[in-house]
Amino acid sequence: MANSFDVIVLGGGPAGYICAIRSAQLGLSTAVVEQDKLGGVCVNIGCIPTKALLHSAYIASILKESKEFGVEVSNIKTDYGVAMKRSRRVSDQNSKGVEFLMKKHKITVIKGTGVVQPGKKVKVGKDVYEAKKAVVIATGSRVKGIPQIGLEINKTTVISSDEALLLERVPDTLAIIGAGAVGMEFADIFQAFGARVTLIEALPRILPIEDAESSDVLAKSYRKRGIDVIAGAKVTKATVGKDKVTLDIEAGGEKKQVTAGPVLMAAGRAVNTENIGLKECGIQLTDRGFIKVDKNLQTTAPGYYAIGDVAGPPMLAHKGFREGAVVAEIIAGQKPHPIKYDNVPSVTYCHPEVASIGLTEDQCKEKKLDYVAGKFPFSANGRARGTGETEGFVKILRDKKYGEILGAHIVGAHASEMIHELAVARENEYTVEEIDLAIHAHPTMSEAVGEAALDSLGRVLHI
Amino acid sequence: MATKVHMEALSPTMEEGRLVKWNKHEGDPVKSGDTLAEVETDKAVMELVARADGQLLKVMVPEGTTVPVGNVVAWIGKPGEKVDGDGAAAPAPKSAPAPEPQKRAPSAVRSAPEVAPADVTRVKASPLAKRIAKEVGVDLKLVQGSGPGGRVIKRDLEGAPATPAAPTAPPTYHAPRTGVPYEDVPLTQIRKTIAKRLAASIGPIPHFFLTTEIDMERAAEAREALNKQLGEDGGKISFNDIIIKAVALALVQHRACNAWFQEDHIRYWNEVHIGMAVAIEDGLITPVIRNADMKSLRDIGAESRELAGRARTRRLKPEEYTGATFSVSNLGMFDIDQFTAVINPPESGIVAIGSVVAKAVPDGDRVVVRRRLRLTMSCDHRVIDGATGAVFLKTLKQMLENPLAMLL
Repeated sequence: MANSFDVIVLGGGPAGYICAIRSAQLGLSTAVVEQDKLGGVCVNIGCIPTKALLHSAYIASILKESKEFGVEVSNIKTDYGVAMKRSRRVSDQNSKGVEFLMKKHKITVIKGTGVVQPGKKVKVGKDVYEAKKAVVIATGSRVKGIPQIGLEINKTTVISSDEALLLERVPDTLAIIGAGAVGMEFADIFQAFGARVTLIEALPRILPIEDAESSDVLAKSYRKRGIDVIAGAKVTKATVGKDKVTLDIEAGGEKKQVTAGPVLMAAGRAVNTENIGLKECGIQLTDRGFIKVDKNLQTTAPGYYAIGDVAGPPMLAHKGFREGAVVAEIIAGQKPHPIKYDNVPSVTYCHPEVASIGLTEDQCKEKKLDYVAGKFPFSANGRARGTGETEGFVKILRDKKYGEILGAHIVGAHASEMIHELAVARENEYTVEEIDLAIHAHPTMSEAVGEAALDSLGRVLHI
Repeated sequence: MATKVHMEALSPTMEEGRLVKWNKHEGDPVKSGDTLAEVETDKAVMELVARADGQLLKVMVPEGTTVPVGNVVAWIGKPGEKVDGDGAAAPAPKSAPAPEPQKRAPSAVRSAPEVAPADVTRVKASPLAKRIAKEVGVDLKLVQGSGPGGRVIKRDLEGAPATPAAPTAPPTYHAPRTGVPYEDVPLTQIRKTIAKRLAASIGPIPHFFLTTEIDMERAAEAREALNKQLGEDGGKISFNDIIIKAVALALVQHRACNAWFQEDHIRYWNEVHIGMAVAIEDGLITPVIRNADMKSLRDIGAESRELAGRARTRRLKPEEYTGATFSVSNLGMFDIDQFTAVINPPESGIVAIGSVVAKAVPDGDRVVVRRRLRLTMSCDHRVIDGATGAVFLKTLKQMLENPLAMLL
């Protein structure tokens, strides 16, 4: 095996493998160092298997309501183990897909844990590889516990998504700490499979980075289906027993205890910056622990770049994808368009789905922007009524003067698919008027996007 | 079937083009997008490109010929294919209902070229940028776009200076100040050529001169009335003060004349600073009345008297005689009827003011006596073209002939 490449990428997750493909496309000889399976957290223990499980949960929930639609199913049984095994097959297919892409682009995959060394070198085991042009660090992130309050991940009673994804059977009770995307999605999955779920969020509302109205719809929807949602809650103490954990919680001035087994930690991730030789190469970290990068994603050591979760928030696969492609182009001497970090869509795939782009209404207020909110509920949308998916809305925040789309929020079935119309619009600086001018097919849920645009102009048609 | 190659409108005002050189010759293979020939337009030598694949079958126009837009200059087709005007057996005219190209009246031809020429006047800008530009009054043609393919996006307009409002909008007499004192615009190809050729012809600063005669009767009346109002110790307003104010206000409307030539770009000023030529004992100095467009006549009068006084005693500070965007030189008090002033670089223009003299002028079928002024503008042709200077002078003349307009 050759030990000299134009580009060596440390980490074969979304940011890393896309960087490798784009580098190879640009004619650079490329190697990827990966200690586990290609595809990283996203493919193996993140985005992909959770989507498989969420679909299982969705089927379970629609079957419970199917009688109303004229389809009677008796004796519905759910088996988390079967759903889990299916999700593993999906992950494996995707990981193999990445392997295939590496072969197709003649990218060398080096198995092992890489450590960067001065002189653009990467050590894997006993072997030292040299990069002629650049070393790209894409080592990603991992789940973390909160050891300060006794919630260290022990993989049995205090678990992370890594273990939750591999459970053979659904637990009777489950407490989830953190109601961001990960916590919301697991609450949805386990509730549908029959667990009694308690969802605990420290900030005043669940989905704290989303628009407050989105949070409200989800809190209502979750409570309706029996999930115990406790927001603005501080876990003061955790008592970890043999198969149960007791949590002391303070919420709204009241103290209470929640006992569940296990507890799923979904409150943030830690970046993988330890023991990979950063300090020795002069690669500095930010105050928050991410690798410090300039606008070209180059670290404080010339020739070393960082992309994906290690390079800073938002810690999302699609942000890593884009950084991977852009950094490859920069290394190849091109001048790619700068990444618009304020135009990265955010999606939570719970039911109903939550998707957003740009500013929330509260952020518009904080920035003292002169805005108008246009909103259209799916309860007034023909297609949504037809499928019985009337929860949620489309909300567009329009700059009052120029019609710029400051932010957009969708809660509802298929919100994850509908948000992209607004991503394209914002990327190209279309105003709400262009959204309206584009004819939306009838009947579709996307019509609600056009109607929300019209509502922001005071011209909504269907309410 | 063979495809006709037309003379295309390569600039918005082009009506005919001179075929300078054929880059492809009869029999050469051509691909769509290949440069077939170089064509000199009213503005520049541009490329005529092939719109079809095949072989250049026939060249209809020899090099050096001037051809109206729309006329056929060549044919592209499959090797061996016969074309009209080939001299050989052309398809029978009856079977070809389209009239033979060269017999068409040029006017008819021009109206329907088969291939629509690229619309060079189109501005690439995002919908949001267009709305902001319209609201703020920015000419998007002057903005360098940073979006994909040079598209103007919102970022490019943040802090963009305003340009004179569109003709339909009411004229703004005060420049909308955006906090940006000027805008640097890179030299276009045509401006580079003008700069180079004219400088070679007439010296580093290619001057040309425009003279107009202005009726100062109403300005004179206004001046007398104002001075009466101001009284004895109020300080007098001179014709020069009125002219400085009018020049400044006219420049606000004609930013194209309020500019500095800077070798590789032109600096269009959003602020108006008028240099005022003052004769001193062994020379000349031009103290500057800053933001003259925003000052009252009384302030301009007081400031110009004060500056001129200190100029004569040589007590001006450097910042008081530098940084003008345009100048005014007045020899009226020496009974000079008309003269030409020399531009003070990097400014691009100066107006030379003669004396206000009573003249017999026709008024309908009568002859009346009116006070008249001859004013000559010197323009740096690298920045200001004849028409640009002329429209500026027209505005200036209107203001001086109707001084009430300055109050708007």
